[in-house]
Amino acid sequence: MSTILEVQNLKKYFASQKAVDDISFTLEQGSIFGLLGPNGAGKTTLIRMITGIFYPDAGNILLNGKKFDPVNDVIEIGYMPEERGLYKKMKVGEQAMYLAQLKGLSKQDAFTKVKEWFEKFEMGSWWNKKVEDLSKGMGQKLQFVTTVLHEPKLVILDEPFSGLDPVNSNLIKDEIYALAQKGTSIIFSTHRMEQVEEICDHIILVNKGRKILDGTVKEIKQQFKENIFNVALNEDHAQYEHPSFHIVHRDGNEMVVKIHEGYTSNDVLKHFMNQGKQIAAFNEILPSLNEIFIHLVEGTPTARQFETITA
Amino acid sequence: MNKIFIIIKREYLTRVRNKTFLLSTFLLPIVMLLFIFGSAYLGAKSLKQYSVAVKDESGLYKNKMDSSASAAFAYPDDISLGNYKSKGYDGLLVIYSHNKAVPDSARLYSEKDLGLGTDGAVKKQLQKVNEEKLLLEKGVSRGIIDSIRKESANEELLNFRSYKVKGTELKEGNKKLSSIIGFISGIIIYITLFIYGASVMRGVMEEKMNRIAEVMVSSVKPFQLMLGKIIGIAAVGLTQLLLWITLIMILSSVLPLILPADTLQNVQQANQSMPGAMQQGRDMTTLIQGSTGIDISSVNWFAIISMFLFYFLGGYLFYAALFAAVGSVINEDPQEAQSLMLPITMPIIFGFIMLSSTIENPSGPLAFWGSIIPFTSPIVMMARVAGGVPESVPYWQLALSMLLLIGGFLFTTWLSAKIYRTGILMYGKKASWKEMLKWAFRKA
Repeated sequence: MSTILEVQNLKKYFASQKAVDDISFTLEQGSIFGLLGPNGAGKTTLIRMITGIFYPDAGNILLNGKKFDPVNDVIEIGYMPEERGLYKKMKVGEQAMYLAQLKGLSKQDAFTKVKEWFEKFEMGSWWNKKVEDLSKGMGQKLQFVTTVLHEPKLVILDEPFSGLDPVNSNLIKDEIYALAQKGTSIIFSTHRMEQVEEICDHIILVNKGRKILDGTVKEIKQQFKENIFNVALNEDHAQYEHPSFHIVHRDGNEMVVKIHEGYTSNDVLKHFMNQGKQIAAFNEILPSLNEIFIHLVEGTPTARQFETITA
Repeated sequence: MNKIFIIIKREYLTRVRNKTFLLSTFLLPIVMLLFIFGSAYLGAKSLKQYSVAVKDESGLYKNKMDSSASAAFAYPDDISLGNYKSKGYDGLLVIYSHNKAVPDSARLYSEKDLGLGTDGAVKKQLQKVNEEKLLLEKGVSRGIIDSIRKESANEELLNFRSYKVKGTELKEGNKKLSSIIGFISGIIIYITLFIYGASVMRGVMEEKMNRIAEVMVSSVKPFQLMLGKIIGIAAVGLTQLLLWITLIMILSSVLPLILPADTLQNVQQANQSMPGAMQQGRDMTTLIQGSTGIDISSVNWFAIISMFLFYFLGGYLFYAALFAAVGSVINEDPQEAQSLMLPITMPIIFGFIMLSSTIENPSGPLAFWGSIIPFTSPIVMMARVAGGVPESVPYWQLALSMLLLIGGFLFTTWLSAKIYRTGILMYGKKASWKEMLKWAFRKA
C-alpha cells in the first residue's frame, strides 16, 4: 500500500484560537480513515486545509508524495462538507453537470459520468426536477454523487450520514466500501462512534486542535482495554471471591469481572475450574470507541474557551 | 480562467432564463412610456376651462381680458359673491376700486381650487390690461400697441441660439437636449446600480444560506466564485439595457402611429400651458416624438452611448463587489442586510441628489468633485458628459474620472474578495463593519 496523503505538523491559528495545533498523520491508499473529535476540535479547519480552502500557517500537506497544490489538485479531491447545500432553483442534472465541470471535467465527460451515477443510484428520473423538489435524503444522495463523480483519489466526507434513513445510509455505506475497494482513500469525519467502529480502518482523535490518538481501531481498543471479561457459568452457587479479580456486576451465573494487575485470564478460569464449575462463556470486553472517546475528551471543557494567541 | 467562465455562464443563464427577467425587460419600457404619455394625457384632460365672472368696480377691464384655455371671462351685471354660483360661474374676480378709474386690488373667489393655470391666466390678463392702460396714458396709440404685440409674439424675432466657443470653433449648444440626456442616463445608472447590486448581494446570500458556498470553494477559489457572479450579472445587465434601448426605439417610432394624432396634440398643448409642472414628462414626450425645437442629430450619440456603457459597467463593478461582501457576511436575518447595506447605498443616493444640481450647473464645484470621486462619478459624470466633451468636461477631467473609477473598482474588488472569502464560510454570526475591515486588511 502506498501513502496518498501525508500531513506534517499542520498548524492554523485564528485570532482567538489555535484551531489546528501541530497535527500530523498519514493516509494509505484505499483505506478508510476516521477523523474524530468533539465539536470545535478543529476537524473542519483541518479538512479545509486539506481541501485547499484555507492555507496552513505552518506545516506541509503532501498528496501522492508531492506538495499539495490547491488549484490543480482539486480534481484529485472530493469533499462533502457538513454544511452542504445545492442551488435550489437549478435542475438536478444541470447541478451535477455544473459541479463536475467546476472540478475540471469536460462537458462530455461530465455528462457520461453523471448519467452513469444517476443510473447506479436510480436517480435517472430526477434529471429535470428542480433541486428544491427533492427530499432531504434525495438531496444527500445527489450531494454524494457530485462528491465522487469525478473519481477523486481522496474523498473527504464530513458527517455523511446525518439526516439519512437507514436504507439510504446503507446505500452510501456500501458505496464507500466499494470506492475503498477500488483504491480510493476516504477521510470520514464524524462524532458518531458506532459508524466509525464499523467503517474505519484507521482513526485519529483530535481535541482542542491537537491529535490525541492515532492508530487502527483494533490497536486503540487494545491500548485502552481495562482487563474486563464476561464470564458465564453453567450453574450458580460458586465461590466468587478471589484475589485475581473482582466482580463488577453479576446476574446469577453471568458476571462481568475485572482482572487485577499481575494476574491473567487463566487465573480466573482456573479459579472457577478448580471449583468444578463448567464455564459456558468467557470473553474479553473491549471498550467501545465511544467510551474511549468520552474517557479522553472528558475532563477537558466541552466548549472550547477563547484564548488570545500570539503566534 | 475556464472555471470563471463556467460560473459566469451559469449565473447568466439562470437569470436570463428566469421568467421575471423576461417580464421586467419587456414590461418596464412599456410601463415607462405609458406612464409618461398617460400622465401628460391625464394632465391635458384635467386642464379645464373655468368660467370666471368679472366684477369690475374700476370699469377699466370690462371686455378687455382675453379668454384662454384655462379661464373664460364674462362681465355680467349684478354679480356678487352671493349669486355668482347660481348664475353658473366657477369663480368671481372682483376688482376693487374706491376711486373710479383707479383699481386698488383684485381678488379671485371660488368654491373649489381653480388651479395654477387659471390663477396664471387671470394674472396675465390683469397685467396686460394694466400695461395697455399705462401705454395709452403715455400717448402710445392703440394701433402701435397691437402691432408691437403681434411682432413680439413671434419667438423667432431674434432667432436666439446659444453657442459654445473654443478658439475660433463655434459649436451650437443644445442645453435642453443635453440636460435631458444627462438626466435620463444618470437616473438609469442610479436605478441599475441598485437593481444589479442587490442582485449580486442576493446571489451571494443564497449561496451562503443554502450552504453551497463550501461545496463550491472546494472546487474553485472564492475569488473566482465572486468574480464569476459579478461578471455574470453584469452580462445580464448589459443584455437588459440593450433590449431596453431597442425596445424604446421601436416603441417610440411605433407609438405616434398607434395613438390618435389629437391625443398627441392634446399632450403638447397641455404641456405648453402648464407652468413648471410636468417638465420632465414634457421633455420626454418631445424627445420621444423627435418633434420641432430639438435637433437630435446634434448629439454625438456614439460618444454618449459608449460613455454610458463605460460608466454603467464601471459603477456596477465598483459597487457590485461591495454588495457581494455585504451578502457574504449576512446570516439568515434579512434585517442585518439593511444596516450593513446603508454605507453602500448612501453614496449612491448622494450621487442621485447631486444629479439635479449638476444638470443646472455642469461646471460647478459640486459637479466637478461628484464626477471625479468614484463613489458618485458614474451618476454625476453622465450628467456632465451629455453636454459634450471637451465643451462641458475637459479631457483631463474625464480621463481622471475614468482612471479613478477603474482604480476604484479594482480596489473594492480586492477588498471585498478578502471579506467575502472569510464571510461565506462563517455561519451563525453576524459580522460588524469593523470585523469586516479586519478581515480585509489582515494578511492571508
